[in-house]
Amino acid sequence: MGELKLMKGNEAVAEAAIRAGCDGYFGYPITPQSEVMEYLMAEKPFERTGMVVLQAESEVAAINMLYGGAGTGKMVMTSSSSPGVSLMQEGISYLAGAELPAVIVNIVRGGPGLGTIQPSQADYFQAVKGGGHGDYKMLVLAPASVQEMCDHVKLAFDKAFEYRTPVMILSDGAIGQMMEKVVLFDQIPRRTDEELIKQCPWASNGRPKTRNHNIITSLDLDPAGQERVNLKLQAKYQMMEKNEVLYEEIQCEDADYLLVAFGLSARICQKALDLARAKGIKVGLFRPITLFPFPAIEVSNVGNRVKGILVVEMNAGQMIEDVKLSVGCKVKIEHYGRFGGIIPSPDEVVKALTQKIIGG
Amino acid sequence: MTEEIIIAGFGGQGVLSMGKILAYSGVMQNKEVSWMPSYGPEMRGGTANVTVIISDERISSPILNSYDTAIILNQQSMDKFEKTVKPGGLLIYDPNGLTRFPERKDINIYSIEAADEAGKRGLSKIFNMIVLGGFLKLKPLVAPEFLHKGLEKSLPARHHALIPENEKAVALGKELLKAVHLVN
Amino acid sequence: MEEQFAKTEIHKPENIVYKKSDLMVDRPLSYCPGCGHGTAHRMLMEVIEEMDISDKTIGVSPVGCSVLAYDFLNIDMLGAAHGRAPALATAIKRMWPNHFVFTYQGDGDLAAIGTAETIHACNRGENITIIFINNGIYGMTGGQMAPTTLPGMRSSTSPYGRDVPTMGHPLKITELIAQLPGVYYVTRQAVHTPNNVRKTKKAIRKAFELQKENKGLCFIEIVSNCNSGWKMTPVQSNKWMEENMFPFYVLGDIKVDGKLIEMTK
Repeated sequence: MGELKLMKGNEAVAEAAIRAGCDGYFGYPITPQSEVMEYLMAEKPFERTGMVVLQAESEVAAINMLYGGAGTGKMVMTSSSSPGVSLMQEGISYLAGAELPAVIVNIVRGGPGLGTIQPSQADYFQAVKGGGHGDYKMLVLAPASVQEMCDHVKLAFDKAFEYRTPVMILSDGAIGQMMEKVVLFDQIPRRTDEELIKQCPWASNGRPKTRNHNIITSLDLDPAGQERVNLKLQAKYQMMEKNEVLYEEIQCEDADYLLVAFGLSARICQKALDLARAKGIKVGLFRPITLFPFPAIEVSNVGNRVKGILVVEMNAGQMIEDVKLSVGCKVKIEHYGRFGGIIPSPDEVVKALTQKIIGG
Repeated sequence: MTEEIIIAGFGGQGVLSMGKILAYSGVMQNKEVSWMPSYGPEMRGGTANVTVIISDERISSPILNSYDTAIILNQQSMDKFEKTVKPGGLLIYDPNGLTRFPERKDINIYSIEAADEAGKRGLSKIFNMIVLGGFLKLKPLVAPEFLHKGLEKSLPARHHALIPENEKAVALGKELLKAVHLVN
Repeated sequence: MEEQFAKTEIHKPENIVYKKSDLMVDRPLSYCPGCGHGTAHRMLMEVIEEMDISDKTIGVSPVGCSVLAYDFLNIDMLGAAHGRAPALATAIKRMWPNHFVFTYQGDGDLAAIGTAETIHACNRGENITIIFINNGIYGMTGGQMAPTTLPGMRSSTSPYGRDVPTMGHPLKITELIAQLPGVYYVTRQAVHTPNNVRKTKKAIRKAFELQKENKGLCFIEIVSNCNSGWKMTPVQSNKWMEENMFPFYVLGDIKVDGKLIEMTK
């Protein structure tokens, strides 16, 4: 077993990045995720593994530093929170367009605007539907525990390089700030230059005389060429939908009613499930772990066996659209949400289930 | 076994670090733990509270609205959290500075004059460990050797010389605890 | 037959007095005839070829007329989002500290939308080379006003001339960044005459040599023409540049060996 620690979600992200063999972190402070860079600066990964950590002048610069590093084949990561991730949208679109691997962590806080520094899930659409311009998607992971914050960093890097795509870890201020037991995976050595060049023959990191130049760009002024780029991206997203769906089912086998939630909301729903079952209501929980690709078939399979579904989110109703598209209209599907940094309590969820689904 | 605890008081009383030491001790004893602080504007000089859950099983919600135990260290927290203790649950409070004492009859209530005693002995910095001692007397969730390990992990290396003093404070807390109202 | 013979005669190696750098891709440039970009590209590639560092050089192209610079330069390159080239170059250099990294940017890219990235890369003293082409106009989008457009100068968004009270002053970003301690070498050159071309090439060589020594950021402004945007013939535009641009953007070294040169004007 790996090293056992009590860590904040934000710290686990930082430590996991070092251990995954990350080459560079570029970020800009914003609450509630500043511990990521604080941890990295204190931990001196430049001495431990040679990893570069740089505080950028803005989120705009940070995401473009990611683009620069990723374009040379390096393993790069940034983290921010909602307003900062909004600033990064242009860069994320470029990363997707140029097919560059990178990991972006969004420790979501309530919005819109400057909003609040308290946790929220209101950036689901932005993350899952392609928040920047153009037809693109990111693989989006939604950790629900500090352990998953750690494990998803490794997974995100693996998938980013496998698909040459930006991957987002969509978490929230509560998971970022809370501490839990975490089992850390062992240090993976950073790739040597030779290993990097072998893994990323497409990267722009100095042209040996034996090959033509590599160009990293998202520009193709020829419409036919740009359509080919788009078709290639869409094919990649279809592959992800086929192969990368992750989800968790809790007590769905005998469930009469289903809660669907991701991240922190799923944790709250798990408690609500216990409370409801104690009252004799057979409730199950379906937790998407990848938000894109969305576990459409899987949620539909479970959803069509129950009498009603309550989608619980810390937003005004975003993932519910994907649940409805997946499950169809034969089953009653309602939403329960709290906003602006308010976290719903397990009791509230049971009450909402009773009122909106069972009683309604 | 699952124990759901809220620890609440003023910022600066060591509420968060008490929770962290408890949680880390739980980790060392290979329990599942979660430590969920209130943070943000509240953190800056106002009240501070932390939810600590220690369990043998996977922990569901880290955020709760009722608790097995409330450890209450100021008046605002008493007003906010007395009502959140589950019937039959436990409330431990320090009477220092309180103007209204707990009134519930369906929970077990203990007082611990930790602030007073810490002040007399010049132990204000480890006041929180006296309180933790009181709690551990009633709910021995973590064995002393794991508490020791928890302290080692929670405190920066430069403070490790103070661990014996912290452990003495825990022992002192066990002596200072007084029953105020018991359900049975 | 006679013609063929003549060509073969001329193509003898001993007769070649000048040849395009092998690092220039053999394809027509997309720039307007008369534009200075092609010459600037060529000087840059000649320096990299002469230093024999093409396998260790990574370039960043901007958004603007030179957005397609990577199509003409046979070295590994990345196309940046508008204004962000110094951010890319920062990360690249940090992670490939033994490589040579440069950005090639126009005035809109470097001195308007990318001002923050420019100033902060300069201030951090990144060991990179910035080549800044200043022609006082947005060429690619069709001749709009740039941060460096001169007072009274016409553009499609200042059709009656740049009105300073409402449109602001032209930005001497080169003088601005020269003040920063992270910047080691700053010079302003041109590429419209053979003499200026020689000086520009020398400056680029110097910047790359300094980069090898990790001296800090080197910044080369090349004041250039935009005959299309200025709506002039190439010859007219070069004359106009000498008469109007050079008095405002004075050619010569601004900072050498980390020390500011005393300005006479």
